Amino acid sequence: MGSPTRVVVLGLGLLLLAGVPPAAAVFNQPFYVDLFRRVMIFAIAALSLDLILGYGGMVSFGHAAYLGVGAYAVGVLMHHGIHNGFVQWTLAVVASTLVALAIGAVSIRTSGVYFIMITLAFTQMLYYLGISVEEYGGDDGMRLATRSQFPGLMDLKNPTVFYYLVLGVLLMFLYIGHRLVNARFGMVIRAAKSNEPRARAIGFSLYRYKLTAFAIAGAMCGVAGALLVNQTEYLTPEFMHWTRSGEIMFMVILGGMGTLVGPIIGAAVFLLLEDVLSAWTVHWQIILGPFLILVVLFAKRGLFGLLPGAASRNG
Amino acid sequence: MRTIGRAVLISLVVALVAVQPAPAAETVKIGFITSLSGPAGIIGKHMKDSVELALDHLGRKVGGLDVEMIYGDDQRKPDVGKQLADEMLKKHKVHFVSGIIWSNVMLAVAPAVTSAGTFMIGTNAGPHELAGKMCHELFFTTSWQNDQTPEAMGKYMQDQGLTDVYAMAPNYAAGKDMIQGFKRYFKGKIVGEVYTKLGQQDYQAEISQLRAANPKVVFVFYPGDMGIQFLKQYAQSGLRGQIPLYSVYTVDEITLPAVKEAAAGNWETRYWSPDLKNEANQKYIADFRKKYGYTPTFYGAQSYDGIMLIDSAIRAVKGDLSNKKGMIAAMRKADYRSTRGPYKYNVNHFPIQNFYLLRAVQLPNGELEMQIQKTVFESHKDAYHQECAMKW
Amino acid sequence: MTLFLVLEQGLNGLQFGVMLFLMAAGLTLVFGIMNLVNLAHGSLYMVGAYLATMFVQLTGAFVLAVVLALAGTLLVGVVVELVALRTLYERDHLDQVLATFGLILFFNELIAILWGRAALYSSLPAWLSGHIQVLPGVRYPVYRALVILVGLAVAALLWVVVSRTRLGMLIRAGASNRTMVAALGVNIRLLYTVVFGFGAALAGLAGLMAGPIYAVQPGMGEQILIQVFVVIVIGGIGSIRGALVGSVIVGMVDTLGRAFLKPMLATFLSPSAADTAGPALASMLIYMLMAAVLAFRPQGLFPARGI
Repeated sequence: MGSPTRVVVLGLGLLLLAGVPPAAAVFNQPFYVDLFRRVMIFAIAALSLDLILGYGGMVSFGHAAYLGVGAYAVGVLMHHGIHNGFVQWTLAVVASTLVALAIGAVSIRTSGVYFIMITLAFTQMLYYLGISVEEYGGDDGMRLATRSQFPGLMDLKNPTVFYYLVLGVLLMFLYIGHRLVNARFGMVIRAAKSNEPRARAIGFSLYRYKLTAFAIAGAMCGVAGALLVNQTEYLTPEFMHWTRSGEIMFMVILGGMGTLVGPIIGAAVFLLLEDVLSAWTVHWQIILGPFLILVVLFAKRGLFGLLPGAASRNG
Repeated sequence: MRTIGRAVLISLVVALVAVQPAPAAETVKIGFITSLSGPAGIIGKHMKDSVELALDHLGRKVGGLDVEMIYGDDQRKPDVGKQLADEMLKKHKVHFVSGIIWSNVMLAVAPAVTSAGTFMIGTNAGPHELAGKMCHELFFTTSWQNDQTPEAMGKYMQDQGLTDVYAMAPNYAAGKDMIQGFKRYFKGKIVGEVYTKLGQQDYQAEISQLRAANPKVVFVFYPGDMGIQFLKQYAQSGLRGQIPLYSVYTVDEITLPAVKEAAAGNWETRYWSPDLKNEANQKYIADFRKKYGYTPTFYGAQSYDGIMLIDSAIRAVKGDLSNKKGMIAAMRKADYRSTRGPYKYNVNHFPIQNFYLLRAVQLPNGELEMQIQKTVFESHKDAYHQECAMKW
Repeated sequence: MTLFLVLEQGLNGLQFGVMLFLMAAGLTLVFGIMNLVNLAHGSLYMVGAYLATMFVQLTGAFVLAVVLALAGTLLVGVVVELVALRTLYERDHLDQVLATFGLILFFNELIAILWGRAALYSSLPAWLSGHIQVLPGVRYPVYRALVILVGLAVAALLWVVVSRTRLGMLIRAGASNRTMVAALGVNIRLLYTVVFGFGAALAGLAGLMAGPIYAVQPGMGEQILIQVFVVIVIGGIGSIRGALVGSVIVGMVDTLGRAFLKPMLATFLSPSAADTAGPALASMLIYMLMAAVLAFRPQGLFPARGI
């Protein structure tokens, strides 16, 4: 992460997040616990996308698919009477890894716009599949009987407990991500993004590395999906729509690609801004649209990238 | 002399009114969730405009209390709807949550609202789960149960002895529900049942298949822009005069201005129409047209009724918003001037109401309008109320 | 299921494909020549439809409205290029995708503010509302036949312009080596603006042709945009020939799939299974097709930077 400024900002941010439930209790505003929890869940999804997008240069427009797969894993099991969180969340991880491997196997052969399109196509296929399966509500979706149960360990119905669980997962993934990108594995991925022919010339089998990164990112996003469906207590194929992928991607860009911490900031700014803007005017998209353009054109490094200490890692 | 007398009289009246025990000067907070942005925003506009008109008619006071309306845009997403509901409940501390166009958003929001002990007044979506097993004393709707409208169409076509029906709908939950509701009452021959892709624009292929199947009657469910596209293309293929087209939720005051003569002569069933003759409705339509310059759809009428229902409940408990049992009892009486005329509530808090056959008629000035032809169902109950465990 | 029905559906597929081609041609031209991924192409389509509808209402003459709408869309396209897109040529595809996605949001909302969110009334003029008998028992709408003719004419026009005119030569040279062409004294910025304007006009043409038969409302471009991207990915980005082949293939597969997949499945599956699987598969069909093509030819069928 590098520079002291960045570390301080990260530390402060995490402290802020940890302080939300007690502050909300003091000011009697329990809504903010839910709001920031939702922010953190999308932050996890954005972080997982940053691994392959920011570091690997793989522009996946289909990342929302894993959000859906994770959510459906939990929802389907819940529907069939299996409420145990361990079982559900393990299935969420396994299922999203498998789906990511399958999609990645085909997609990673392509590059550039083709890669964008094919990942988009796959997520649309899953979306239409979700709509068609009536058993799980189709597009009407399905209500969850309860939140995932972890008997004896914790009760997710308690908003504060659930909040700290999500925060814990976020921190854990942040750490895993940090170790990954600084390990040999991460170096290869970043080399591939920076100069693919050279990386190949050195002798790496890039396909395998990229596929592994893709699968890891998918698995992480699957966990985000399991958390999201618990947050809303409602399962819907809307989780898998390609516009959802676009939103997650925007969070990564806004916060700062290739920084791991940036996506967290991006998720917070995006969701909070959306909440504020849509309460203010019906035509909020006419503001968000140009804002997006301006960010892409002028703040490419994102908000986190504006802070000093950005080594030109990403070429 | 006379003026002084009048002044004294007026002062006396004012004094009498002023010293009456005023209700706890609380503000009633009502949350309203609908889709305000994006393509479906037009529906949200009808609803919001109707709510504002209702507030105008009530003198900007609901049940005699000052009112704070909090609008939320669900962007057609259930998780956004749920977040809005959470915000309304926990941050704004609303006394009522109302609105909601889409069934999937309703299914995500309603249980959360009612389990938090707050009223959910639905003004459009009527999923069968909420009419049956998931009915709740704090949930009321001023619209209908989704299946009732196609049931009415099925009954009409059954009674007319129509046969060789070709049915089409988009391939999603609502589409399948519509066809299912239709088949609950229509027992004749169905020569084709086709589900098309959600959001599909071009129906030429399906129209060719339809023509090859040689039906006598076509029945479709194509809401919003799908409906506009299908109606135009059906007319352009030359079938409009040849094979009569019956539909539900396809031809309404939103889509008619976009298709005009392409929909002339089409049949629909609905619980309400702008030309329904009762005092409340005529006032609603006249004032709406005057204030906004367009004709509202049923989405608007339902939302208007929602505010009036809430108003009647608060009046009944004299502004004591903590008396929820009292408000439930009051709402169950449906004692307000509804735009559909008087109606009763079923055990599951869904209205027992009439359904009418409507036809799109071309007026002398070239505009098109939905007009009631006859009553198909009188005091029709939905098909799921027996699954509801509530008794009262 | 008669032969004539199959033929009629084939014609429908061709027409749908041609409609897609009108959009795909502009998009692939811009991508191939200027290496610009332009999601806002769908917005230009929408602008074309709105302008045509508005001009028909104002003037009452269909042909005049068409000409005005084309000119209007071209103008809007040029303005967008000058103001927003110039900076994007040097950027990578991700930036272009995101920035043009922002343009989509902006345009949708702008249209909603100007014309409202309700769909506009648009219809065919009386002289285009008839039918012609192409096959026994098959009455084909005149307008749809016109769309096919227009599309094929545009394809021919594009081929002529690109391979037989000086402008086309400049386009191909600029795609090959931009710097060299500029060094030779050609105003490459003007060239790009011209090409983009041309692409915008094509999108506008697709929009104004679609207006009378589809719903004219904000967001109408997005629905067709994904299908158009599928077309150019299958056909090969940058290749007009690929766009034509790709759009006809996609049009045919999608139409025939929608029409015949369920009856075909019903021959070996139970009716209720066919009822569920048929529509579900039909909606996924073009994506599956794209995945299959990319699995064998990752660059599309006729890969080319240039025509």
